[in-house]
Amino acid sequence: MSILKKLSSNKVALFGLIVLALLILVAIFGPYLYETSPWRMVNRPFMPPLENGSLMLGTDTMGRDVLAGLVYGTRISLLVGLISTMIALLIGIPLGASAGYFGGWIDEALMRFTEIFQTVPSFALAIVIVAIFEPSVYSITLAIALVSWPPVARLVRGEFMALRNQEYVLAARLNGQSDHNIILKEILPNTLSPIIVMASLMVATAILLESSLSFLGLGDPEIMSWGYMIGAARTVIRQAWWLSFFPGIAIALTVLALNLVGEGLNEALNPKLSGSRES
Amino acid sequence: MKPLLKVEDLSIRLPEGADRPYAVQNLSYALNPGEILCVVGESGSGKSMTANAIMGLLPKAIQAERGAITFDGHDLVSLEERRARKMRGNRISMIFQEPMTALNPLMRIEDQIGEVFLIHSDMSKQQRQARTLELLKDVGLPDPEKAMKVYPHQLSGGQRQRVMIAMALALEPSILIADEPTTALDVTTQAQILHLIKELQRKHGTAVMFITHDFGVVAEIADRVVVMQYGKMVEIGDAQQVLNDPQHDYTKKLIAAVPPLVAPEREVQDRSKQRPALSVKSLCKTYVSPGSWFKPGRTVHAARDVNFDLYRGETLGLVGESGSGKSTVSRCIVRLLESDSGEILLDGDAIQDLDNKALAPYRKKIQMVFQDPYASLNPRKTVGRIIADGPIAQGVPVAEAMQRAKELLALVELPETALDRYPHEFSGGQRQRVGIARALAHNPQVLVADEAISALDVSVQAQILELIDTLKKKLNLAVLFVVHDLRVAAQVCDRIIVMKHGQIVEAGETKAVFEDPQHDYTRNLIESIPGADWRSGHQPQPAVGKIA
Repeated sequence: MSILKKLSSNKVALFGLIVLALLILVAIFGPYLYETSPWRMVNRPFMPPLENGSLMLGTDTMGRDVLAGLVYGTRISLLVGLISTMIALLIGIPLGASAGYFGGWIDEALMRFTEIFQTVPSFALAIVIVAIFEPSVYSITLAIALVSWPPVARLVRGEFMALRNQEYVLAARLNGQSDHNIILKEILPNTLSPIIVMASLMVATAILLESSLSFLGLGDPEIMSWGYMIGAARTVIRQAWWLSFFPGIAIALTVLALNLVGEGLNEALNPKLSGSRES
Repeated sequence: MKPLLKVEDLSIRLPEGADRPYAVQNLSYALNPGEILCVVGESGSGKSMTANAIMGLLPKAIQAERGAITFDGHDLVSLEERRARKMRGNRISMIFQEPMTALNPLMRIEDQIGEVFLIHSDMSKQQRQARTLELLKDVGLPDPEKAMKVYPHQLSGGQRQRVMIAMALALEPSILIADEPTTALDVTTQAQILHLIKELQRKHGTAVMFITHDFGVVAEIADRVVVMQYGKMVEIGDAQQVLNDPQHDYTKKLIAAVPPLVAPEREVQDRSKQRPALSVKSLCKTYVSPGSWFKPGRTVHAARDVNFDLYRGETLGLVGESGSGKSTVSRCIVRLLESDSGEILLDGDAIQDLDNKALAPYRKKIQMVFQDPYASLNPRKTVGRIIADGPIAQGVPVAEAMQRAKELLALVELPETALDRYPHEFSGGQRQRVGIARALAHNPQVLVADEAISALDVSVQAQILELIDTLKKKLNLAVLFVVHDLRVAAQVCDRIIVMKHGQIVEAGETKAVFEDPQHDYTRNLIESIPGADWRSGHQPQPAVGKIA
């Protein structure tokens, strides 16, 4: 596919892609390497990295394997990021599309509704939502999705407003095609590039949000996640730096990779930026 | 006479992946002092590229590979950029096509022109102001004192182009390069601007390099002409000689494609007993822009009491300048816009108040061909789907609709293989054929062509016009042809309607309107057509074969 080709010719984006591919491999197969629970005590607490050959990254305050925690955390971070982004797209795209396409009072109503979500600081809103429900993977994913769809709706609305008066859309109206058909088959395919780019960046933001929630102790108590690891280690940061350092690196690397891929996608999908400018 | 600027054996290479290796190849010509040299060619002929090379405006990826541009004893191509810029400095200036975007929207006209002096001279503020005012008077802006203080958006397109010309002439350059400066303007404004350029050129003795695609403009102002095709110069010579006795086949073809400004004799049919396919009765449409607290709203009458009938088998031209309401009328008729009052009778039935559902069967009877062949086809659909989706939406089975799409492609003279290809694989003219095929998919009675050829090159225009005419006869269509180009209108329309400010000022048989216009506005329009004397039937036509 030409988009993949373009993406891989961009070295920075290629780096992001490789990191992302590795992370996905770890998320899928990692837990099979560590069949025991990451919550199990394996050795004495506060063991620094590389001291024991089987515990590369040492142990935490309770003697749990840090590397095992990281591996399990990868799966949960990526899952929460992807699924919450998908839910956000499922809310944002239809809302934005109908607001942009129909305009008028529909647009007004939908945009005021969107603004309700935009005026509340998203992190505070996420905390409230998680606190109302019981903290669990589901409520966290839902909370993240609920605070991250407004920008999608805004973007899609803008794209639809720009495209709804394009001549090919007018032609479809003259052809007697239904609004439903025009939105799904004529306009939406032409708005996909910016949506894809935005989605890749949203996954990164979602991972950060999930980590922040877990850091505050609002994570799923059953599940080991990067944010929880950092949160649990913050009291001992001076005695045992590795407890917060490695999960921190993991988060930074994942978010960086996603951003690089998103940036690369933006260049690959947007001909105006990819240097092949016409005179 | 020693030439002022000499282009010698210039070749500009295009980056890899372009449709040809060179933008401009082995180009040589000279610009003499005090002459107007027109560089003519169709889009993609490399005519603007040369001007950009002279001005040092080539994109980074594109570089002159060979040759020289000699100005004042120095070669602008090989000279270091900083020194070349100084050389050009105040001696060569340029005006662009789009007056809407060439001015900084946040600067007053006075500051915009004054800036030129600020950079290039050491005039005091008073001197700058005085000189700016003088320039504005020179380019014929109405009320120059007031024009000094306004922002670009407060001026019309023609006025902005005048400001651009004032800026370009501010430092009294020896060369003025004009890149399609009148293409975005209306025909009457164009005539004024052309006149202005010619007058100022005479007054200051400036050499003008005028880039255009329009042979009418060439006939109007050129002293000498360079004709370009695919980056090569195919002909150079005196304007009279090139226009009336072209040597190269391509020039002949281009000139033959310019519709002569004479309405041909047409059979006038008595249609009073027929029922019109489309009948518009006192159609009105008003745009109201909402006011603010400090400003009352503005009301624009885009259509005021518009009446006409359109019969099957005839072409009715709707002509007028931008803002005359011709597009509004055409869009109201196909119900893309809601009219305020009046009746639209399609095949005898009033359709102006029908809702979407009730309108569906009527949609089949009236279809539209759009202006921009690049925006009117969905880039993510195959040509087959583009044509067939309309009938499919109306309940025709997919296989049948695709079969019909195949037949339609044959009808518009496109190969059957086009069915599975995407729009970007086609040229502008081919895309417009697809657009026509889509419009015909429902077997309409009325075809509305909204400036359907104005985005195309002349030679392609002629082909599309011929196709529409053939189809009209074959399918007994009623064609409403919305067009601003009067040359085209004279050739293809049986009757024409002239609109101004939303009102019909004149209507009648094309030949009668062109030969004896009744309204002043119509007369003014016809007189403003560039090169009106050329190919107006008073001179022998160049003998050429049919256009391919």
